[in-house]
Amino acid sequence: MWDYAKLIVLAAVALLAAIAANYAHDLPYMVNAVEVAIAAAITFIYVLRHVGEETPKTPNEYQDGVIRAGVIATAFWGVVGFLVGVVIAFQLAFPSLNLGNVTEGILNFGRLRPLHTSAVIFAFGGNALIMSAFYVVQRTSAARLWGGGLGWFVFWGWQLMIVLAASSYILGGTQGKEYAETVWYIDLWITVVWVAFLAVFVGTLVKRREPHIYVANWFYLSMILTVAMLHLVNNAALPVSILGSLSVPVYSGVQDAMVQWWYGHNAVGFFLTAGFLGMMYYFVPKQVERPVYSYKLSIIHFWALIFLYIWAGPHHLHYTALPDWASTLGMVFSVMLWMPSWGGMINGLMTLSGAWDKLRTDPVVRMMVIAIGFYGMSTFEGPVMSIKAVNSLSHYTDWTIGHVHSGALGWNGMITFSVLYFLTPRLWNREGLYSLKLVSWHFWLATIGIVLYASSMWVTGIMEGLMWREVDANGFLVNAFADTVAAKFPMYVVRGLGGAMFLIGALIMVYNLWMTVKAQPAKASAYAAVPAE
Amino acid sequence: METYSFLREVADSWALLLLTLFFVGAAVWAFRPGSRAIHEEAANVIFKHDKSPGPLPGPSKEG
Repeated sequence: MWDYAKLIVLAAVALLAAIAANYAHDLPYMVNAVEVAIAAAITFIYVLRHVGEETPKTPNEYQDGVIRAGVIATAFWGVVGFLVGVVIAFQLAFPSLNLGNVTEGILNFGRLRPLHTSAVIFAFGGNALIMSAFYVVQRTSAARLWGGGLGWFVFWGWQLMIVLAASSYILGGTQGKEYAETVWYIDLWITVVWVAFLAVFVGTLVKRREPHIYVANWFYLSMILTVAMLHLVNNAALPVSILGSLSVPVYSGVQDAMVQWWYGHNAVGFFLTAGFLGMMYYFVPKQVERPVYSYKLSIIHFWALIFLYIWAGPHHLHYTALPDWASTLGMVFSVMLWMPSWGGMINGLMTLSGAWDKLRTDPVVRMMVIAIGFYGMSTFEGPVMSIKAVNSLSHYTDWTIGHVHSGALGWNGMITFSVLYFLTPRLWNREGLYSLKLVSWHFWLATIGIVLYASSMWVTGIMEGLMWREVDANGFLVNAFADTVAAKFPMYVVRGLGGAMFLIGALIMVYNLWMTVKAQPAKASAYAAVPAE
Repeated sequence: METYSFLREVADSWALLLLTLFFVGAAVWAFRPGSRAIHEEAANVIFKHDKSPGPLPGPSKEG
């Protein structure tokens, strides 16, 4: 019965999407409609072929298939996102790489930049968050994932969102909000998938068989709830037509800017920080095989982070039309964020106390430690940059780009890589990783790449900030904007090289994970006969 | 009073007080007497159910 309902809905979606493609007002909408029609048709055929099949009920086994798919998707989108990043880094150094006369703007920096940011944050980071949340919530609740196939819906729904967003961006579909470029119908789809994610996560927590909800789950849950709230408020918009991708935002002027950066900063604070701290609180203790340094500190870390982060957004709007009190509030809360950030960093690092020798022997632990180190460094740098006097120099310069990447590559990237290294042998039941030596190669390539990236952006950022404000004895500006662009060239090349090293490291990881699944012997089952000693 | 002024006043008086008290309360609650054993148990949950959720409680439904 349920299968027939699904078939009817899928057929209707495929048909309506095909009609919408026919009457589309603009190119991104048309292409997206075709993609939706294809996705619905494929799902229709899949459901049709499995009508009436009984899914075996295995409540005392974990649902790991969807997590395996998530591991593959994370690695795949990671490489895609890093590759686009390297391309646009070199486009900035060598503008002819925009290929404007060949591709008619489709591969311009302006189109590829949101593709890069969304690919690394929402495709790479999002898949990492979803699959690790599914892994952690099952293991710490001693319960199978709630909702049957709903976990798979979340996985495939998220991949569809990524494909829709990517093709929309390069064809010019955008609502012009940074990190929220997806147009209105993709926003609606994100909402559906995200609510399903919330349901799976909370459903599993509800049927847990451990009395306590482990702290990593608190971080994951706060991430899911806050991102839902941010997404709904920031994307409130009225579509111009149901057959086009254009929409008009509900807010205007400085309110719109404030809502956007309330969203933007908390996307960093909850998507890229709280969620990834959930990873830290589970996978670091697991990899070093000792419980977290202080559980009390982790609770205080959680509440302090929740209470402070949400107010920090106005620091993106210093010296604008935003009232002064609001930007001061944002600055003060950003500075206060130092405390929970460093409390969390200390908690993560001190989990290694008594196991520091693992830094020498286990490159995965090394990767986790450098991730936590970058978490500490970028959450130190952020508050510094939010101070108005510093911000007047750093804002609109490459310093901001360097700051974001030391956090994104160093903290999010490195912790995700270590989680992939942790999960792959376990999920495919393999006897350890294929090569620890390759993990070391990945570690050093990525680390040196980040250092090149961040330091070149510090130099070029501070340089251009100083050049912009330089005045001569008569009070005239000394430099034209184009002078700063010319002066930045060498640093842009170094930045591109740093990004390329990071990408090569990720490719080595993909090879290593592939070979782990393909060539490593399967782990001996716990039930196999044990030879007599 | 217009909505904006009213909300401003509530936000930086009662709402601020309530949020601060909640936060201080949560921190104090973490250090309550007797929490050490609970936290130790919670911190070690991650080592308990690695492979499977374990046998289900209650009478077995599978034959």
